[in-house]
Amino acid sequence: MTTTEVAPARAGESTGQPKPRRHANPWKRRAPLLPALLFTIAVTQIPFLVTVFYSFQSWNLVRPGSQHFVGFQNYVDVFADSTFRGAMLNTVVLTVVCVFVSMALGLGLALLLDRKFTGRGVVRTLIITPFLILPAAGALLWKTTMFDPVYGLLNFVLGTDIDWLSEFPLGSVMAQVVWQWTPFMTLLILAGLQAQSKEVLEAAQVDGAGRWRTFASITLPQLSRYLQLAALLGAIYIVNSFDAIYLMTQGGPGTASTNLPFYIYQRAFEGFDVGQSSAMGVIVVILTLIVATFTLRLMFRTFDVSGGVK
Amino acid sequence: MRLGRISLTAFTWLIAILFVFPVIWMVLTSFKTEADAYTDPPRLFFSPTLEQFAGVFERGFLPYLANSAFVTVVSTLAVLVLAIPAAYALSIAPVKGTSNVLGFFLSTKMLPIVAAIIPLYVISQNVQLLDNVWALNILYTAMNLPLAVWMMRSFFLEVPKEMIEAARVDGAKLPMLLYKVVLPVVAPGIAATALICVIFSWTEFFYAVNLTAARAGTVPVFLSGFITSEGLYWAQLSAAALLASLPVMIIGWIAQNHLVRGLSMGAVK
Repeated sequence: MTTTEVAPARAGESTGQPKPRRHANPWKRRAPLLPALLFTIAVTQIPFLVTVFYSFQSWNLVRPGSQHFVGFQNYVDVFADSTFRGAMLNTVVLTVVCVFVSMALGLGLALLLDRKFTGRGVVRTLIITPFLILPAAGALLWKTTMFDPVYGLLNFVLGTDIDWLSEFPLGSVMAQVVWQWTPFMTLLILAGLQAQSKEVLEAAQVDGAGRWRTFASITLPQLSRYLQLAALLGAIYIVNSFDAIYLMTQGGPGTASTNLPFYIYQRAFEGFDVGQSSAMGVIVVILTLIVATFTLRLMFRTFDVSGGVK
Repeated sequence: MRLGRISLTAFTWLIAILFVFPVIWMVLTSFKTEADAYTDPPRLFFSPTLEQFAGVFERGFLPYLANSAFVTVVSTLAVLVLAIPAAYALSIAPVKGTSNVLGFFLSTKMLPIVAAIIPLYVISQNVQLLDNVWALNILYTAMNLPLAVWMMRSFFLEVPKEMIEAARVDGAKLPMLLYKVVLPVVAPGIAATALICVIFSWTEFFYAVNLTAARAGTVPVFLSGFITSEGLYWAQLSAAALLASLPVMIIGWIAQNHLVRGLSMGAVK
């Protein structure tokens, strides 16, 4: 750790003392940080601690005064709940498929955009636009104008007669999420492509390496850390998907497209079961923390984001 | 070779238009009458009308728009006030344990918000903040703060060290130093950060739909009203979706170079 940099003397406060003082009033250095740090701790950490507390209580909002300590009972109940396990599986499927497909599409689009051509700026603007549509608006529009069995564009274009949201609920939701997230992947991967050194690429061409050869042995390895970052960031955002499911399928038919955020929402705000939904929340946090630890390491290592701290 | 390049360009254009087609369709549908919106086959040519936009406002869109604007502006300003000094303390004059603090900020983004919603609901209820814009102001500030700190820090690191040293030798104190030396260099970065925060506050759905209703509801809450409305109002829905998305679309087009930086919390420039 190289953060203990010698504070340069500030002539204004130490009149005529040219000697740099080590650790010159550390609180003075911390002061600008504290408001943000304390605010974040108060607003984000305290509710989580309360969630942990609730998860050990039997408490239904419909029955006032029913609150009492039940130990790990909620956790036992949650794991015995087959809907919860189904929601967990849906969450994994939704996240993995959406991240993978939107990255593959994003890579394709980024490669198309990474060259000079007429109207490049316009094409890039078009491609990022789905990301800028309100997710709530995007979900409702896909549900109606795209997926509707009678008047929807999809059946018209494909010449089919499918009730997409009933027959392929999770697939339909995933299509919408992929559409929404592909622009982000495209931009991130494009940033990676443009970070390549032009000299190396030219040198490869001079050496007679073909386009595919150059891509496979120079571009792809350089791109890999951007791809990893894209995958992890995509996963963090997509694992929390709620808008699309709430607005397109309400988790149905049955529980066919219920993911964890939606199921917790249902148990809390439709079932009013504070204890069990809190226990589910805690489980989600633990699962996410495992992924997050990995992500943190990767972000610090591959991008050397702490490099500037000297 | 030349032909190949032209066809590749044409292909790129085609893909882009296909990809953005649901948005184009939304814009077209918003100018249709409801009768024109439900046709089989779908109608590409029709006589445009503005009646759907009028309908959206008749449905009471304005209060939601006002709530969204208020929450977006207040939470973004709060984020900037908190994040600028914090980013300074994590870059130019780094405190001990800077990487731990950064890690903490990042980790809060990774905790699923759904796990905190129940206490937030109960607390809001107890302190009379349910269906109140201030609940959203507080939560959106916390939601965007880590992202802003990270993003701003990556801009602050680009301030030349010599400039800061020179100002310090000249005896500038922190507020002066920030204002006179750092700010001019990072101003575009601050603007980009603010735009990203605006986008996220404007589009946020989960907190809004769970903690607000008719009084403090934001634009996404207004849109969610369309799933329960009886009958189908595709043209009106499209008009509402267009109106709701337009501010973010414009801001996003302006800030497109910074979009990735914001989403990746400054990890990618």
